[in-house]
Parts: sequence; structure tokens; C-alpha cells
Amino acid sequence: MTVPISHETMVWIAKTFGLLYLIALSIIVLGYAYWPSKRKEFEEAPVTILNKEDRPWQ
Amino acid sequence: MLSQLTKGERQGALTILLAMSLLGVAIAAGGRGDPIATHGFLIVILSLGMAVPVMRHLFDPEPSSARLRSYYDDPSKAGIVLTMAWAAFALFIGDWVAWLLVNPNLTFDGAWASFGRLRPVHTTGVIFGFGGNGLIATSFYVMQRTSRARLADQFSPWFVLIGYNLFCVLAVTGYMLGITQSKEYAEPEWYADLWLLVVWVVYFILYLRTLSRRQEPHIYVANWYYMAFIVVVAMLHIVNNLAVPVSLVGAKSHSLFSGVQDALTEWWYGHNAVAFFLTSGFLGMMYYYLPVRAGRPIFSYRMSIISFWGITFMYMWVGSHHLHYTALPQWVQTLGMTFSLVLLVPSWGSAANALLTLNGAWHRVRDDATLRFMMVAAVFYGLTTFEGSFMAIRPVNSLSHYTDWTVGHVHAGALGWVAMITFGAIYASVPWLWKRERMYSPALVELHFWLALAGTLTYVFAMWNSGVIQGLMWRTYTENGNLAYSFIDSLVAMRPYYIARAIGGLLFLLGALAGCLNIYLTIRHAPLASDAEGSQSKPLYGQPAGGSLQPAE
Repeated sequence: MTVPISHETMVWIAKTFGLLYLIALSIIVLGYAYWPSKRKEFEEAPVTILNKEDRPWQ
Repeated sequence: MLSQLTKGERQGALTILLAMSLLGVAIAAGGRGDPIATHGFLIVILSLGMAVPVMRHLFDPEPSSARLRSYYDDPSKAGIVLTMAWAAFALFIGDWVAWLLVNPNLTFDGAWASFGRLRPVHTTGVIFGFGGNGLIATSFYVMQRTSRARLADQFSPWFVLIGYNLFCVLAVTGYMLGITQSKEYAEPEWYADLWLLVVWVVYFILYLRTLSRRQEPHIYVANWYYMAFIVVVAMLHIVNNLAVPVSLVGAKSHSLFSGVQDALTEWWYGHNAVAFFLTSGFLGMMYYYLPVRAGRPIFSYRMSIISFWGITFMYMWVGSHHLHYTALPQWVQTLGMTFSLVLLVPSWGSAANALLTLNGAWHRVRDDATLRFMMVAAVFYGLTTFEGSFMAIRPVNSLSHYTDWTVGHVHAGALGWVAMITFGAIYASVPWLWKRERMYSPALVELHFWLALAGTLTYVFAMWNSGVIQGLMWRTYTENGNLAYSFIDSLVAMRPYYIARAIGGLLFLLGALAGCLNIYLTIRHAPLASDAEGSQSKPLYGQPAGGSLQPAE
């Protein structure tokens, strides 16, 4: 069976694209977590689960 | 329970059970002379055994629509009972295996009881039987509460729960019969794997359908963790189990991979099973039950989000640290090692988030063993992830690999983190689910806590000692450059630690049995919560038994 991608190509992808991909990902995640308009949502979310009423909303 | 199902759901259940029993007959008939036939009979017996009560209730009247105004908790209740049953069974087998290493005669000359068969019975029993049922039961509970929506239907949760347990039973009985594809934590053969895939897809769809009924615009982070568990486990399971069966009516199959590719695929699966089965799902549990039991919102919601994405994207790459100093290319080993180290950041993010949430509620940790289970779980989570990152460093791994240190590390995680958070979540949910004021005996919860902690510490310290000694003995050379010790020498040196480990395991097992008894007594005899009929509110969060609720800090 022929190998479609050579070992060297894999190493090259891992060392270039791999690095940039993780940096980009970190920026996206931090951006999402600290997006100003999300502040209210993220402040309310942990409090809503402490709601004592134990039945569905409908 | 069955009369809660609609007529259509009961008919659907009966159709599936009858189809399953036909499939079982086909497997049993076609697989004559192959161990798969035993599984065919097992499927027939279990399916028909469940079909009988369904038939008996088939023509019951439609359930009242009032049921739609409350959460559907019957599958969670059954799931918790199954979780504890698997805990008792699999911890017993685990302790048996531990004693087997002290005294090899304990197989009683049965092939089914040899170490190589009992060990996967233990690992599958605790990880998939105990852990998996705990995750399914609590995820049904959490997805409904955090979405404030009832489960999307009443049939698929049962299909998921019962189908999943069928997989576990096929797996465990298979090992004793000698059926295995010899991949660690993925031992079940192709037909059990295919069945699990069907169950898992139904589970995922049920989760999505329930979430889509939510009123809250935001999906609480616990659900993200549970969803990552479901999605990634599906992915891992499919890829690692790609295989071609020898025959459609035979148990044996051949893996699609071989050599170092097989090893890398297996450990990509294996370590991500630790990541997404034993971590992500249980973090989902922690992010719901710990704040609710403590009566305080999570310390930093943003940190939980960052940790989530950190864990999801970094765990994917660490599997190769299981293959240091092998035929795997050096750079792939280094990649696994590096990501294992970076992974400490999101791991400690979650551990710190849990412990910081308890700031201001430490008096509750002191008074309430249930919350203490969760607190200790978070501590062990922090310790184990640190240890794991450390052991992934190549030179450290040269000492730790193939020794009992690995076994100690795994059990610090499995007993200290996974089991503790599960027991905490179970002790919190049992009174809520069965509408009791509290657990029948808070003293038994205390007893369970201390037995579990003592057992874990005994186990882990014994294995740390024995592992490091083993590792050092295997690398000690004489002046002439020969190995100073034979393998048997190191085995003899392990004996006292093996006895200590088996005692630690016994303590942990006794704790779990105390838990089973307490849960049974709570279901049967504990007084109903005063407001069980009326307002449908949960018992007060984190209120220690008999104590008064502390004012908010």
C-alpha cells in the first residue's frame, strides 16, 4: 500500500500549521470568554442553576 | 414505571425487544460451536425477560398529561441503582484480582478466573459499568435541570440505559468466556462495539433534543462537558474498533491497524478515554453538583469555559506519551509529552475553580460528607493531573512505565477523583430524586467517606512505593554492567505492597457497600420530604443533616 502523505510532510504540517492552529484557537477561546456583550450571560449562567424550583418551564 | 410510557412508546419498546430476541436467536443458532452463541442466548433471555412486563402493561391506559409538568426521573433512578450495583460487583472483582497477585492460587483452577480475564472484568466493570452508568444517570438529571426542560421522550432514555448495560454485560461475560480483541479498555469484540454505537447515537440525539427544548438561552457549562464526553467517546470508539469480523456469526475479528499504527490508535483511544470518559463527563458532574450542593455559584464561569476548550483541544494529542521509547517516531512522543505538560493549565483551572467555589462554604464541607466527597474529588483531580503530566515527561516515564506507579496513578484518578465525585453526586441526587428529606443515615455517608479516603490513600501509597522500587530495581546495574536484580527479585520485593494494596481496595469496597445499604434504606425507609407532594422544590441545598441553613456569606 502506498502512503498518501510522506512522513516529512506530516512533520512539516505539525510544526507549522499545528502551531498556528493552536495559537488561533487560544485567541478565539479567550475572545469568546471575555467578549464584553457576553458578560451578562456568563454572570447569570452559574446563578440560574441554583434556582430552587424543580420543574420544567412549560 | 411502565405505565408512565405512552401506548406508542410501549409498542415501540415491545417491537425492539422482540427484534432483539430474534437477533439473539439468529446469533445463537448461527454461532454454534463459537463462544458468540452464549451471547446469543444471553440476548434472547434478557430481551424476553424485559418483553414480558412490557406485554403485561401494553394495554394500560395512556398516562396522564400531568407527567409533562415534572422532570422524567425514572431512568436516572434506575441508573443510580445500576451504578451502585456495578460498583459493588466491579470493586469486588478488583479486590479479588489484587489478592490474586498476593496469592496466585485464588483462580481456583478456573480458566474464567485467571488474571488475564478477571482484570478486564474489573476495569470494564468500574469504568463502563460504574462510571458510565453514573454519567448516564446524572446527565439525564443535569440536562433536564439546567435546561429546565423534560427529557424529549420517555422511551429513548430507557433504550440508552438498558442498551448500555447490555453492552457492559456482553463485555464482562465475554472476557470470562475468553472473548477479547486484546485492546486495553476496548476489549469487547465487534458485535458488542456495533451495539454500543447504536446506543451512543441515540444518547447523543436524546441530549440534543432535550437541550433544544430549553428555555434558558445559554447552555450551562456542565452540558458542554457531558456533550464532549458523548461526542468524543463516539469518535474514539468508532476509529479504534475498526475491524473486520472473521464471520458474521463468530466472535473473532481482525483490527484494521497493525504494528505501531495499531499501538498509536489504541493509545490515542486509551488516553482520550481517560480524558473524555473519566474526566470530561465527571467534570460535567462536578460543575453541576458541587455548586448546587455548596449553594454557591461556580467561582469563575469564564475559567470553566477556557478550561473546557483547553481540555477538549489538548487532550487529543497526549496519547503518544503511553508509547515513549517505542518504535513510534521521536517527534510524536515529544508532541504527546509537550501537550501533556500544557494540559496541566486547564486541568488545574477546573480543580482550582472547584476549590475556590468552596471559599465561604468550608463549614459545609466540614459538616456535610456529601460535599466533602466532591471537595476531595477536586483535590485528587488536581493531584492526579499533576502526576500525569509529570509521568508523561520522557525521562520520568523511563522510570515509571511498566511499573506499579502507573497503577497507583490510575487509581488516584479512578478512586480519588472519578469515584469520589460520583458518590458525592449520588448522595446529593438520591434524596432529590426519591423526594426524601435526606439520606437515611448521614453516619453511613460519613463511614463511606472515611473508608473511601483511607482505602484510596492506602492503595496509592502502596503502589507509589512498589512502583518506584520496581523501576529502580529494573535499572540497577552491577559493577560488571549486568542487571543486579532478576524480574522475580522485584516481584518478591512487591509482595508487602500488594498486600497493602489489596487491603486498601477492601476498605474502598466496604465503603461502597455501606453506600449501597444506605441508598437502599433511603429509598425504602427514609421519611418523605415535607414538600414532596406540593411545591416540587428540591430539598435545601447543601444543608447538613439536622443542622440549620447558614446565612449566605
